[in-house]
Amino acid sequence: MSGIYESLVKIVGEDFVSNQQEELYFYGRDPGVMPPHKPDYVVMPKNTEEVQQVVKLANKEKIPIVPKGGGLALTGLVIPLKGGIVMDMKRMDKILEVNAKNRYVVVEGGVSQGILKAFLDQNYPDLRHSVPEAPPITTIAANAVIHGQGRLSQQYGFNSDMVNGFEVVLPTGEICKIGSCSVSPYWFSKGPPMPDLSGLFLGWLGTTGIITKIGLKLYPKKRLIDVEVFVTDTEDIIPDVVYKITHTELIEDIGVWSQPKPRMFSGNFHLNIFFTGDTEEELELKRKIIYHALQEYIDSKDGGFMQVPSDLKAAFLANPQKTMSNFADLRKGGGFEYSGPIIPVELYPQFVKKVQELGTKYRVIQNASGRVIQQGHCMMFSFAFTFNRADHDELDRVRKALHEAAEFGSEKGALLWKPTLYEQKMMIDRMDPNTRNLMKKVKNLLDPNGIMNPGNWEV
Amino acid sequence: MDSKYTEQIHRCFRCGWCKFTSDYRDLNCPAYKRFRFDTYSTSGRLWLIRSWLNEEIKWSERLSEILYTCTACKNCVEQCPMGFAPDIVDWIVQARADVVESGQIPARVSRFFESVYGYGNPFKLLRSERGAWADGVKRYEHSDEYLLYIGCLGSYDENAQKMSKSLVDLLNKAGVSFGILGNDEECCGNEVYTLGEEGLFQMLTEKNIRQFKELGVKNIVTLSPHAFNIMKNTYPIYGADFRVYHYTQLLNEMAEKKRLPQKKKKVKVTYHDPCFLGRYNRIYEEPRKLLKSILDLDIVEMPRNRKDAFCCGGGSGNFATDLLAGSEDSPSRVRVREAHKTGASILAVACPGCMVMLKDAIKAENLEDKLTVMDVSQLMLESSI
Repeated sequence: MSGIYESLVKIVGEDFVSNQQEELYFYGRDPGVMPPHKPDYVVMPKNTEEVQQVVKLANKEKIPIVPKGGGLALTGLVIPLKGGIVMDMKRMDKILEVNAKNRYVVVEGGVSQGILKAFLDQNYPDLRHSVPEAPPITTIAANAVIHGQGRLSQQYGFNSDMVNGFEVVLPTGEICKIGSCSVSPYWFSKGPPMPDLSGLFLGWLGTTGIITKIGLKLYPKKRLIDVEVFVTDTEDIIPDVVYKITHTELIEDIGVWSQPKPRMFSGNFHLNIFFTGDTEEELELKRKIIYHALQEYIDSKDGGFMQVPSDLKAAFLANPQKTMSNFADLRKGGGFEYSGPIIPVELYPQFVKKVQELGTKYRVIQNASGRVIQQGHCMMFSFAFTFNRADHDELDRVRKALHEAAEFGSEKGALLWKPTLYEQKMMIDRMDPNTRNLMKKVKNLLDPNGIMNPGNWEV
Repeated sequence: MDSKYTEQIHRCFRCGWCKFTSDYRDLNCPAYKRFRFDTYSTSGRLWLIRSWLNEEIKWSERLSEILYTCTACKNCVEQCPMGFAPDIVDWIVQARADVVESGQIPARVSRFFESVYGYGNPFKLLRSERGAWADGVKRYEHSDEYLLYIGCLGSYDENAQKMSKSLVDLLNKAGVSFGILGNDEECCGNEVYTLGEEGLFQMLTEKNIRQFKELGVKNIVTLSPHAFNIMKNTYPIYGADFRVYHYTQLLNEMAEKKRLPQKKKKVKVTYHDPCFLGRYNRIYEEPRKLLKSILDLDIVEMPRNRKDAFCCGGGSGNFATDLLAGSEDSPSRVRVREAHKTGASILAVACPGCMVMLKDAIKAENLEDKLTVMDVSQLMLESSI
């Protein structure tokens, strides 16, 4: 690989290439429990042309290349399993266009969730995008590529459903536009009525190309927001509660959570029901409808609404929720990871019991949470475990718990979200053979030299 | 090694909240903004320190640069959601102390220490010239109410000296009883402390405290927020029992007593919060109140202000070591562009370090005919009756 460093310097400039041990160490791992592997180079392109040149170089030299956003998937998706180049996209940080009337935004491939949220809050206060409960440095493009979720997923689906098109650099170096932007100056559709080619990139974990621009749907932002927390000690009623609440068609977001610590939460299952309004009257009307929808559980004493302390309410209403990161420090150890099966809502009781079982079996602190997707069509569930990074035994127990959680999910028919390598393999092994072959054909067609994030989706 | 940081440093999750302002509108870690590799962010620094402690990586020039480009601005402390947040900068300082012990510091930092040790200032300028700016300024006497502590920049830097002079004139106008130490003044040690030279810091601190006690000092007012911070918060550990004020606090008191009447001044001003006054000591309003006391002054805020203010890049000795220079993304240049965008023609500061950094940045950005850096005391003096 002689001369590669010099070639990369020519493309992006000396300040934005590294082959030094510090960057190779840091970019060779993520905060989760997957084993590290060093890249040979880290580059930070500033524009599409630089991305293209780096990809062409990598393709010519057959060097692996791994695009990276915030690097917070936790499941090892940006660990360069076969070395090569890690491409940190975060210098591509421009918000290119907001079309307010048509409710979409076009941003570069490294724009973070936080920067876009702040920009919209300041300049378009009646518009918003679906912000995930992840730290604000996570990027819009990476979140879409892993079929992320966000505050608006209950209403509008996975964050990838909200994509309106791409500019993507293919593994062979061509710059390709996907969606209405390929035939029109407008970015209002990722496919329909044409063939929807966005599927060649969404969910592929960076194995089919590098997104350099992304169009994203924006949604109305009401002036007011509130949350009610429904609590029950009977997990079996949760699917019905979700069914009844979503029937109202008034809910912004529904998060279901349970955890043994702090003790006040132990033994109960909580539904955070978010709703919005432009006036107090609108908010109150929705609150009444929510109460009415769940009145039968209150009457039967199977559940009730919690009086939420003001601090806790503020934490819930924040988006992204900063307090979510605190889970990583419950053990004063700087770590957590979760296995995230996407499940039919009716399976929730089985999955939540499994989390509790795994927490006890492996002696680790657990959290079970789920976000309802698009009126209850499914739920993004998570088996989350916190760990002390300095405690190798605990790390090992968490690895085992996660593995068992994934096996359980797979056996129950779940799809494993942002899957680790072994989770990808579980799904590939269960996959219809013709589907598997189709995936293989797509990968071979787009990436004949197998340079893009190799190791992932190896069919 | 201090067990505290070595036993805690693994707790950083590298979630990256520390990179932003409270509302995520911009990157607010000066070193990360400048270099953009995650390794130059707080989490990068903490993970690399840990890997070095665990002998997973070796000490190197780059690691040294990564460690010393932190300006100790405390944005990370402000933004980190974890329970250990208040300790982050202390961990970095403790790691630096270990590096100093082993002698593997960047050459510029080494020169900084040598200069402070040999000359009492980081610029290798003569001790006998320290008070040269202060011709005619009264030396401190036991009967004076305040010792005015000027510091290294205010004593030696041409632009910071103007701050010192205007402050002296204002205090005289207000009838404050004070004196300076002139050539007998010693470096306060704030930068030496944050750069990790514990021995030199202790020597400076003990020397200063001894001198102040011998002179019967009861109240100290400082020009620099850096000196204010270290004298107020750390000197007491070494036996100091002086009351310490930043000059904006004292001027504010004088203004409230109507001892600093101001005339009208029609100009648009934006104020830059110094880290060691703001995030370190929560003094956000006093400088603004002073500016408001100048009639007709049009004060506009930069988007990043108070606890979200963007560091000028000069903290932790970087006003002298300049490890973040050389790019349009150097923090001082980013900051003056932000100030210019407000439409202000004056960028007000309350710190000689910020004065020096931002004045240089204005030149680099070719904004000399559009934006002028002025200290709060200079603005007040200009408009005083």
